Amino acid sequence: MKLVIAIIQPHKLEDVLRELDKEEIYLKTVSNVLGCGRQKGITQVYRGRKETGNMLKKVRLEIAVNEKFVEPTISAITKGAKTGNIGDGKIFVVDLAQCVRIRTGERGGEAIG
Amino acid sequence: MINSGDTAWILMSTALVMLMTIPGLALFYGGLVRRKNVLATMMQSFFVLCLISIQWMLCGYSLSFGPDRGHIIGSLAWIGLKGIGITPNPVYSATIPHILFMAYQMMFAVITPGLITGAFAERMKFSAYVLFTLLWATLVYDPVCHWVWGDGGWLKNKGVLDFAGGIVVHISSGISALVCALFLGKRRGYGREPMPPHNLPLTIIGAGLLWFGWFGFNAGSSLAANGLAAYAFVATNAAASSAALTWMFIEWKVTGKPTLLGGATGAVAGLATITPASGFVSPMSAILIGIAAALFCYTAVAIIKLKFSYDDSLDAFGVHGVGGAVGALATGLLAQKMINPAGNNGLFFGNAPQFTIQSIGVLAVVFYAIIVTSALLKVLDLAIGLRVEDEEEVIGLDITQHEESAYTLLD
Repeated sequence: MKLVIAIIQPHKLEDVLRELDKEEIYLKTVSNVLGCGRQKGITQVYRGRKETGNMLKKVRLEIAVNEKFVEPTISAITKGAKTGNIGDGKIFVVDLAQCVRIRTGERGGEAIG
Repeated sequence: MINSGDTAWILMSTALVMLMTIPGLALFYGGLVRRKNVLATMMQSFFVLCLISIQWMLCGYSLSFGPDRGHIIGSLAWIGLKGIGITPNPVYSATIPHILFMAYQMMFAVITPGLITGAFAERMKFSAYVLFTLLWATLVYDPVCHWVWGDGGWLKNKGVLDFAGGIVVHISSGISALVCALFLGKRRGYGREPMPPHNLPLTIIGAGLLWFGWFGFNAGSSLAANGLAAYAFVATNAAASSAALTWMFIEWKVTGKPTLLGGATGAVAGLATITPASGFVSPMSAILIGIAAALFCYTAVAIIKLKFSYDDSLDAFGVHGVGGAVGALATGLLAQKMINPAGNNGLFFGNAPQFTIQSIGVLAVVFYAIIVTSALLKVLDLAIGLRVEDEEEVIGLDITQHEESAYTLLD
């Protein structure tokens, strides 16, 4: 079991969700986050005072999958989120120790799908 | 002779109409856009209040209401408010200071370009917006205002009835809004990605303030604290209510649930539609006009817009353009001399030509607005470009046009 975490551009979310649907990966969690990479954020000005280093809005996806879905998930996210510009984001894949479905008490691979 | 009651009411009405732009329109439109564009949208309303207030005092008032030149435009005789002071101008308003009449009309000149901003929301470059607004007010609003309301204007001479600006304000801005939506094109992702309103409570507060301010807009247009003002006040409230109810019942029937946004949109449609008729029709006619407003504007917003797939983002055309036209024509049907002896009877009260006269007024302003607005957009697009870059549109106008943002994600 793996947990795939992706940080993407907010406006690419719709495209990523569409690609995931095509691969039949339906279970996911989406949240708004702030962050910056090589863009080093943006500048804002309030009453004449410059506030540099403000972080950019990003969207974070979390998808728990069984081994055979790892590569399809990665390729779907890449396909949906890639523009070729700086700021497209990153995908992290981490080992998942356990997964429990609260409603039924199922554990492991069965609980994920 | 200055009448203190009239003067007090018009001072108050002037402030009420100002309130419609800021914060009324700013909140109404601001809540409807995505969170990354809320400040840029409110900025457009805020800026127009400041910009056109100055334009109006320097030359706008003179071009609109100044001594007639060929029935088309006012002369520059009153430039910089020359000669305009306390002494009333009996042609326009015999009982209030001339400078107050100027100020009251200023607030109409301010809100009219403000209404157009709904059509190009979330994608217009701020510099282009500033120039467009200044030129549009001078080249479209001021002449049209002179035609319909200015002493000697050709539509006024023809007998066109427009009590508070259905033609001058709502048709001129609504039609220009459609031209803007077509010329600028759709927002990126329009039709493919969801673009839900980011804060409907703001929109509802805005709609409430518009409704409240509209009493100054319509009842103030009698330019006196009298019975006619009271009739216009009642007609305004009646049309807003019946239009909002009709809109919500249509939704209940068509999509299954009545919505608050539908109610607010219906109310604004009713208000725009009753505007030209408010001082000429009976309270019962006002209820009918409100119902018609909802039927026509709902069709424009929910059916025609989708069918032809133009991105009139916040429905400036669907509500103000369509509502203004329906109201101006309905005035030609339902006006009664019994309500306002200075007006005329409509088709249903034995005066068929009034409907033709109203139609001429509507068509003339529709064509003029289309031609001049198109030319203006073309020139500005060539000169400085109208739309923001794709990437700026994605990041949002708040940050890219103004370097500030409305909400923080973390403290």
